[in-house]
Amino acid sequence: MEPVIVEAVQKELDRLSNKEVYIHLETTNGAYATHNDESFFSSGAYIRNAKIRYEQGKITGPNPYRIGLRTEIGWVYAEGITHFEVDEKNRLLLAGHDFQGKLAVALEISETPFN
Amino acid sequence: MEKERHLLVIFPHPDDEAFGVSGTIASHINNGTPVTYACLTLGEMGRNMGNPPFCNRETLPNIRRQELQNAADVLGIKDLRMLGYRDKTVEFEDQEKLISHLGSIIQEVKPSLIISFYPGYSVHPDHDATGAAVVEAVKRLPQNERPKLNLVAFAKNCVDELGKPDIINDVTEVIPTKIAAIKAHRSQTQLTVANMEEKFKQNDPQIIAWLQNERFWTYHIN
Ligand SMILES: [Zn+2]
Repeated sequence: MEPVIVEAVQKELDRLSNKEVYIHLETTNGAYATHNDESFFSSGAYIRNAKIRYEQGKITGPNPYRIGLRTEIGWVYAEGITHFEVDEKNRLLLAGHDFQGKLAVALEISETPFN
Repeated sequence: MEKERHLLVIFPHPDDEAFGVSGTIASHINNGTPVTYACLTLGEMGRNMGNPPFCNRETLPNIRRQELQNAADVLGIKDLRMLGYRDKTVEFEDQEKLISHLGSIIQEVKPSLIISFYPGYSVHPDHDATGAAVVEAVKRLPQNERPKLNLVAFAKNCVDELGKPDIINDVTEVIPTKIAAIKAHRSQTQLTVANMEEKFKQNDPQIIAWLQNERFWTYHIN
């Protein structure tokens, strides 16, 4: 992955709009957050292969970036995005890594289901 | 360490075997005991991607599969099984299916000893769910066919509630192998291992004690 280039990500968001796509969306503090610090309230959410169609996708900044997808009757968004990649399957992979380089959030958009 | 006929290790994540148990595994293998390692997931939800990131959510499983194989090779594990569950979902699986899946492996391998996690005292939900299914699968065996259960616990309250571990294996002789097994999980251990190895070379007593001693609680059924 490489640090977000806004124009490149926006181009990909446009390419994947108005078609059926599969979404991976995740936020995480890691399963050990509360073990390592009892005052820490650990939370997270995860959805893999949600099938959606969005009419508008937008990236806003500054770094770390936010990304919102407006669907016909709802929304998808992620914040804290720092890195992106378009992989060999033409999937847009977006992730936010914290100050130690650990993944904290991921939003991925694909025209085929994730395995 | 008592000589075993066959050791079966059951953990949910690649690298679970490396930190607290790899010295014990290596010692059994040096003793001529065959070892089967059943690893439930590929650690798909690992958070270490390298800094700067050299992998992503979608490439991580393949990288960790290879790392797990490398760790098994380092330790001399001939029978490595990847069971195809998904990281962080083990506790949501159908409990009966999981018990019978693990039970079928236990009945096939017929180990004299099983190493797994202590349910309720192993911090990660996958650890607790795996340990609970292993204990239940062993419970369902006829009494004279039950292998011994040596379980790993590391929750903050484990010693308060379970008492001190009754088994402490001194694995001094195989510390280099243990370090190599930890290093095999490069994507996850890269950062901590450099620091650890440096301290080991400087004879840091805390690191040496941590590497030397592997702790287990014997689980008594009924
Ligand atoms: Zn684990």
